[in-house]
Amino acid sequence: MKPLRKLFKIRGGVHPDDHKGRTAQSSIEDMPMPALLHIPLQQHIGSPASPMVKRGDRVLKGQLLAHSQGMISAPVHAPTSGRIVGVGNYPAHHPSGLSVHTITLQPDGADRWIEGEAPPTDPFALEPEEIATRVAAAGIVGMGGATFPSAVKLNLRSRYCLETLVINGAECEPYLTCDDRLMREESAAVIDGIRIMAYALGVKRVIIGIENNKPEAQAAMQAAAEAFPEIEIARLPARYPMGSEKHLVQTVTGVETPARGLTADIGVVVHNVATAYAVHDALRFGRPLISRVVTISGGAIRLPKNLRVLIGTPIEELITHCGGYSETPERLISGGPMMGQPLPGTRVPIIKGSNGVLALTVRETKAEEAMPCIRCASCVKACPCGLVPLEMANYIRSGDLEGAVAYGLMDCISCGSCAFVCPSNIRLVQFFNYAKGELTARQRAEHTQNETRRLAEARTIRLERQKQAKREAMARRKQAQEAAKQAKQAAEARAQQAARTGS
Amino acid sequence: MSGPVSGPHAHGAISLRQTMLLVMLALLPATLFGLSIYGWPAFNLLTVTIVASLLAEAVCLVIAGKPVGIYLKDGSAILTGWLLAMTLPPWAPWWIGVCGALIAIVLGKQVFGGIGQNLFNPAMVARVALLIAFPLEMTTFVAPKPLFTESAPDFVQSLAITFGGGMHIDAVSSATTLGFVKTELGRHNPLDGALSQVFDLLNGFTGFMPGSMGETSAMLVLLGGLFLLYRRIISWHIPVAMIASITLLAGVFHTLSPEHFTGPLVHLLSGATLLGAFFIATDLVTSPVTARGQIIFGAGCGVLVYVIRSWANYPEGVAFAVMLMNALTPLIDHYVRPRVYGRDRKGQPLVYKGESWERDSEASR
Ligand code: SF4
Ligand code: SF4
Repeated sequence: MKPLRKLFKIRGGVHPDDHKGRTAQSSIEDMPMPALLHIPLQQHIGSPASPMVKRGDRVLKGQLLAHSQGMISAPVHAPTSGRIVGVGNYPAHHPSGLSVHTITLQPDGADRWIEGEAPPTDPFALEPEEIATRVAAAGIVGMGGATFPSAVKLNLRSRYCLETLVINGAECEPYLTCDDRLMREESAAVIDGIRIMAYALGVKRVIIGIENNKPEAQAAMQAAAEAFPEIEIARLPARYPMGSEKHLVQTVTGVETPARGLTADIGVVVHNVATAYAVHDALRFGRPLISRVVTISGGAIRLPKNLRVLIGTPIEELITHCGGYSETPERLISGGPMMGQPLPGTRVPIIKGSNGVLALTVRETKAEEAMPCIRCASCVKACPCGLVPLEMANYIRSGDLEGAVAYGLMDCISCGSCAFVCPSNIRLVQFFNYAKGELTARQRAEHTQNETRRLAEARTIRLERQKQAKREAMARRKQAQEAAKQAKQAAEARAQQAARTGS
Repeated sequence: MSGPVSGPHAHGAISLRQTMLLVMLALLPATLFGLSIYGWPAFNLLTVTIVASLLAEAVCLVIAGKPVGIYLKDGSAILTGWLLAMTLPPWAPWWIGVCGALIAIVLGKQVFGGIGQNLFNPAMVARVALLIAFPLEMTTFVAPKPLFTESAPDFVQSLAITFGGGMHIDAVSSATTLGFVKTELGRHNPLDGALSQVFDLLNGFTGFMPGSMGETSAMLVLLGGLFLLYRRIISWHIPVAMIASITLLAGVFHTLSPEHFTGPLVHLLSGATLLGAFFIATDLVTSPVTARGQIIFGAGCGVLVYVIRSWANYPEGVAFAVMLMNALTPLIDHYVRPRVYGRDRKGQPLVYKGESWERDSEASR
């Protein structure tokens, strides 16, 4: 048995009821094939993928449906074999419920794999860059919910001297157990994926952080990692938001990531356990990311489960599969209850970053009317980032967004610890998200304005320059004509003279 | 403000109302004890003060156009009235309670914009105002007359005391420890002998001392305070800083000149020290929100309490001290903030000297 890792304390945090008992003991079950799959072209941070199929095409499982475009993007693959019945717009997996570009696939039931390029027998014989390339080609994104294209993070090696890969198995959000189950049931595969990533990054040390409310996962991962001295398991105290990237890194390494920076700035890269599993699948078997494990839970779900779901499966089918609602849910959430986002309806599909679908009752949300702030300082104590949430909210309430920024708004990770503890039920995060959105919009508007001005100025200058050039050309031509005329006259004069003298 | 509902979609903490209820629960033992030793008149005064506070709050809410039901239910008006009554002489006439309640709720709280907006602790605003306006009534204390003992007034007599022409002051008045010390020092009597006449540490701790209800039983107030700490309604910073600074100052001066200055224990166990440290200075609305700010605040309260008791004209200084520090709270909160994650104390992003994980930009090109 390896010695346990010494942990470092972080400030703040809260202890929500974890509600994990509902699904922690249910093994991952395969979701039956749905009638239709709606696969959005943007399931990641960055530019949307660009479609390569059209309506009526037949596709095979794993076939590329849309390729990535730009530096930060990810391709999308067919989760099963079937026919493309639409390339158009469909409601997004997003609180706005706006429609986004989506490919709709009708499964043919054969579930036939495409014959791909044969995967290497040994990923460790590949160049590290080649691993990142294959991860990119498999469409793998951060599966803890961040959905940042994983290959971009694996390529950080070119810019930073990386020392440590931290694997996020904290799963600090209440209710969610998909990572827990994955670590318990697929520990060898997850460890393999982790080792492939560590190799691609060139790091010598791997730390897997798992909260103490998952002793079985800790034990399974410990056993699977026994043969690899570079991998350590860190047993984290169960406290929200332990899974926040920078806080996790600080807990296991003791180093704080500088504000506005990346963990790479301190030589650390963080990946999620589900991402590691997807990397294993891609490198060992050449399978792209076409399914994921999702926890379906919440007080209003009759039979909560952990399901392996094809990307694009509509949420209503998941809920039906879980026995439907036992009562009308107060709120339908994608992700965990702390940072998850409300879903606009049940038609929206599961995407690469969805780790949970929760149907919460009013007893669970405890949504109540907000009362005035009594300056109780609970939010200050709970904030893991050292902010003063009540003051930021005051500034935002009075419309002074700059004041809120001066109080650290941009350092807020929207973790919700403050609002969770607020006895007055003030929706603090709502204030912060609104202000952040507003500031981004303003910045964008300002950028557009500047851009317009710059273009207009450039145009004036260009026109001016053209005019100038024309004038100069004209002047030159005139001069040339003048000179020619003079030369002609001179020549004539000379000729005359010559004629005169000659005569 | 618009946009979709943001997380968290769960709420863990106790509500505003529960917070207030827990504070009342913490006050209960000391209050019951106070009621038992001062009898029916104290009960009348407590009731009158709380009812007047509630009425004043209701009227203000109606005028401000706020939903009366929701806000009355938060319990803050009851608590204000209750705390105020705890600092009044228990046999004071009814109009002291009513005036106090009006001052506390209207001037102390609602003119600032209601709950959460006030700069000063409402109960202390009222107490200070009363002390200045009615010095006689506010400094006339009775010796404890425990309920159901012979000397205690029965309910009918108590009505006469509270609502009638007041009590026969000379017959029953008795000095508080701190008042007594002040008077004796004023007469240039040395403290040693004088103090032993009125103050007995054990009595001070258990509570059989003349004073207001909240000043009597140090033990029960301490118990309530520990309960608040345990339930995390308050944090340790203010009480500990306040008690520590009083103890330190009293200790130093007592050692230097025992004839003129009483020792730390007298300061801690008499007067409203403990009530102030656990229930008044810790008032959430009017104290700083950061741990370091609270330490500064608590220490400031302690120093001021000691200075006022020792050198000013009033024997008791908790109310003045807390109000002075309340005035400084916005300033403290402005300058004392927690360190933001990833930044140094000055607010600049952290820099790790001599270590950089970024590859040389030249090399990567
Ligand atoms: S949401 Fe922002 S302000 Fe609130 S606790 Fe989290 S980091 Fe702090
Ligand atoms: S937790 Fe709520 S009531 Fe308490 S200080 Fe923060 S915002 Fe105000």
